[in-house]
Amino acid sequence: MALYLSKSGKLLPHFKQKICSLGMISLSSIASCFSQNPPLSPEHGKTPYAAPSLFASRRFGSVKAENLASINNTADSQALNFPGGMVKFTPELKFISDLPEERINCYRVLDESGHLLTSDFVEIDKDIAVKMYKEMVMLQTVDTIFYEAQRQGRISFYVTAAGEEAINIASAAALSMDDFVFPQVKSIRPVQYREAGVLLWRGFGLQDLANQCFGNVGDNCKGRQMPAHYGSKKHNYFTVASTVATQIPHAVGAAYSLKMEGRDACTITYFGDGGTSTGDFHAAMNFAAVLEAPVILFCRNNGWAISTPVSDQFRSDGIVVRGQAYGIRSIRVDGNDALAVFSAVHMARKMAISESRPVLIEALTYRAGHHSTSDDSSKYRPIEEIEWWRAVQDPVARFRKWLEIQGWWSCESDTELRDRARQEVLDAIQVAEKMEKPDLGEIFRDVYDFPPSNLSDQEKSLRQTVQRHQRDYTHFQL
Amino acid sequence: MYQWRMIRSATAILSFFSKASIAYTFVETEASMAAASFGVSSAAVQAVKSSASPLPSLPVIRSEARPISGRINRSRNAGKIATHAVAAQTENPASAASKPGHEVLLFEALREGLEEEMERDPRVCIFGEDVGHYGGSYKVSKGLADKYGDLRVLDTPIAENSFTGMAVGAAMTGLRPVVEGMNMGFLLLAFNQISDNCGMLHYTSGGQFTIPTVIRGPGGVGRQLGAEHSQRLESYFQSIPGIQMVACSTPYNAKGLMKAAIRSENPVVLFEHVLLYNLKERIPDEEYVVSLEEAEMVRPGEHVTILTYSRMRYHVMQAAKTLVNKGYDPEVIDIRSLKPFDLYTIGNSIKKTHKVLIVEECMRTGGIGASLTAAINENFNDYLDAPIVCLSSQDVPTPYAGTLEEVTVVQPSQIVTAVEQLCR
Repeated sequence: MALYLSKSGKLLPHFKQKICSLGMISLSSIASCFSQNPPLSPEHGKTPYAAPSLFASRRFGSVKAENLASINNTADSQALNFPGGMVKFTPELKFISDLPEERINCYRVLDESGHLLTSDFVEIDKDIAVKMYKEMVMLQTVDTIFYEAQRQGRISFYVTAAGEEAINIASAAALSMDDFVFPQVKSIRPVQYREAGVLLWRGFGLQDLANQCFGNVGDNCKGRQMPAHYGSKKHNYFTVASTVATQIPHAVGAAYSLKMEGRDACTITYFGDGGTSTGDFHAAMNFAAVLEAPVILFCRNNGWAISTPVSDQFRSDGIVVRGQAYGIRSIRVDGNDALAVFSAVHMARKMAISESRPVLIEALTYRAGHHSTSDDSSKYRPIEEIEWWRAVQDPVARFRKWLEIQGWWSCESDTELRDRARQEVLDAIQVAEKMEKPDLGEIFRDVYDFPPSNLSDQEKSLRQTVQRHQRDYTHFQL
Repeated sequence: MYQWRMIRSATAILSFFSKASIAYTFVETEASMAAASFGVSSAAVQAVKSSASPLPSLPVIRSEARPISGRINRSRNAGKIATHAVAAQTENPASAASKPGHEVLLFEALREGLEEEMERDPRVCIFGEDVGHYGGSYKVSKGLADKYGDLRVLDTPIAENSFTGMAVGAAMTGLRPVVEGMNMGFLLLAFNQISDNCGMLHYTSGGQFTIPTVIRGPGGVGRQLGAEHSQRLESYFQSIPGIQMVACSTPYNAKGLMKAAIRSENPVVLFEHVLLYNLKERIPDEEYVVSLEEAEMVRPGEHVTILTYSRMRYHVMQAAKTLVNKGYDPEVIDIRSLKPFDLYTIGNSIKKTHKVLIVEECMRTGGIGASLTAAINENFNDYLDAPIVCLSSQDVPTPYAGTLEEVTVVQPSQIVTAVEQLCR
């Protein structure tokens, strides 16, 4: 591991120098490269793919053309300078094993009873720790009450982050307000948004949350997206789209723009275990590595993709091992341990920005709730399993225990906090429910910057219809 | 040469239509302008120069709107009489030197547009396969990586959906990416990002995030490129809300559309054609932009309105020569804007000729012609003397064999027959 890191450290300056510079490419180095190496055969039938030899010429730019040949000669049958780098030969016909002998270990700081297991973590002060706890409790309260609201028919749909509060809040706390957040997007069943906690941390109000779920005039998405598909430019939280894993390439693109501007900020994107099966995940990981984009790729491996367990999703040792496959540094953390998540994201952010590289974090956790309000998970997993995880591995309880050991929190404060949170959420829902829905015009606005003629015509025609059949369109009093 | 042709056509038209009441006041303006300057009015140039600030507000002309001011009227009309560049008239070397403007091939015009925009706005960048040091498979981005560096002209790995997604993410955070699909057909892999994200995120975010991307690439039927490389994606993309689509056909409008697309705040898909990259035309030296929502009057006429775009424009113009010899007077409009349609120009033409022929390269089912037919029927039914005729390719994958491929594309002789039947 250390060896790998030191090697990559050596390669990095070369790549950085060549790729990040805005200077001219010396044509002579390219010419010399072509004269020495045989031309590459055209790959994938489109056009001769010249890039690898080009990189080779840049990487060995300081090495004279003659030396390349001499390296190959003196190396004998030990190694060869293939396109992509020097590779040693082996006489053994041996395949690399499909799985590592031991699963990659999981970084953990607190045990279930809130005791510290290590001193190798990023210290947080009392204010941040207490704030984190309060937001976790708020998130739990929001989830519980909104879920109930959906069951009562007051909102059409909701997704909870039950069991993943630590991931939400701790990762948000480790980032700065300038970092861009690309929350997960999921597939066919729009769901997710198990990252509402990140928004809460950044100051997105309860009322705004409620407004978005109710789709009323206060909603900054103007009633155009499903509940829990939040988005706020002010908070650098990019609007959730329902498509799974499409946000991962977005995050890489945004990180790329941050890199071009040279800003002290990174991008973070969240996705689940199911999202890692998509083509977008693969390509985005690859892009992030090749482009050296400062992005944190945060995988919430909660064991289930609706009803698909991870054993049916992939056969690798989780997601963390995939990092090395793409040339990305990775770590596996206990997703129910707020301190571990905080430390990992904090370090990852530093690496991403200072070294301009992507980092993959796999947080192992459990989806304690249903996939969404359209799902009943007792159909495909035993209730005892859900109960065990909820009781024993609850991230909020664990963090509270640690806070109490530190002397920063008490039982009374807890009851008081929960009561207050509950009341605030209920109030927010009541206000949101009574607010008006957006007017007709919002259907046609923001499709483009200015509405084209066909949309203006369609709006006119719709308004005429509503006016003519006022009784059938009671919502819109024109 | 260009000027002489303009003056000749202008005077011919004047004499022919001296009695008819034509709303084309541009004819007089053209005649006077032709002597003065090359096709672009100085006023339009000034409009561009004055908006030299990073965020320009060029007057945008909506399809149904009357021109906002006299200045715009002239620049609009300037683009209308575009000459048929394919029938390459040889120029006098002596006269060539004295003419304003410079000659370019279409792919060079695209590159000029790209380069000028990249110079003007440091946020403009190019993503695509082999666009960097290779210069792009059709050399549209040649030399740009050397000039602007690897970060702004980025060679991506082969994952269309992902680099389009990357462009969406970069656009949401302030860059203005130009995504190149090596062939339009490959952008089918990017359909999810284009439809669900590019087109929708401005809307679903409540207007908070804009996606000012340009997605471009060569499409259409080439010379024996096989079925997968002969796609007409405009059929599939036309339904996506939130994007604009334009198709270029001459070096002049290619450069203008490229610049307008980059400056637009909406995602724009710019359709180029594989066989048109080597068209040569003389374009102005001054900076100019062409409106994204306007159609181009290629050849004014009286008898029938022929609507077309991209490569079919040249087949139509070839057919027009035959038709003129036979005594017909077709009006040829290059619709250029595929979404939304320029119903203002089209409507004015139909009100004059009362007959419509649509010539397109899309398949019969669900193509641009199908939508255009519906739009015209809905809006101008009263002005039509005959049902709209739409000539398009058959609903088959494009075959490889040259003889077979040729007949899947609409040929000039078909166009001539269709006009003769329409005008009976």
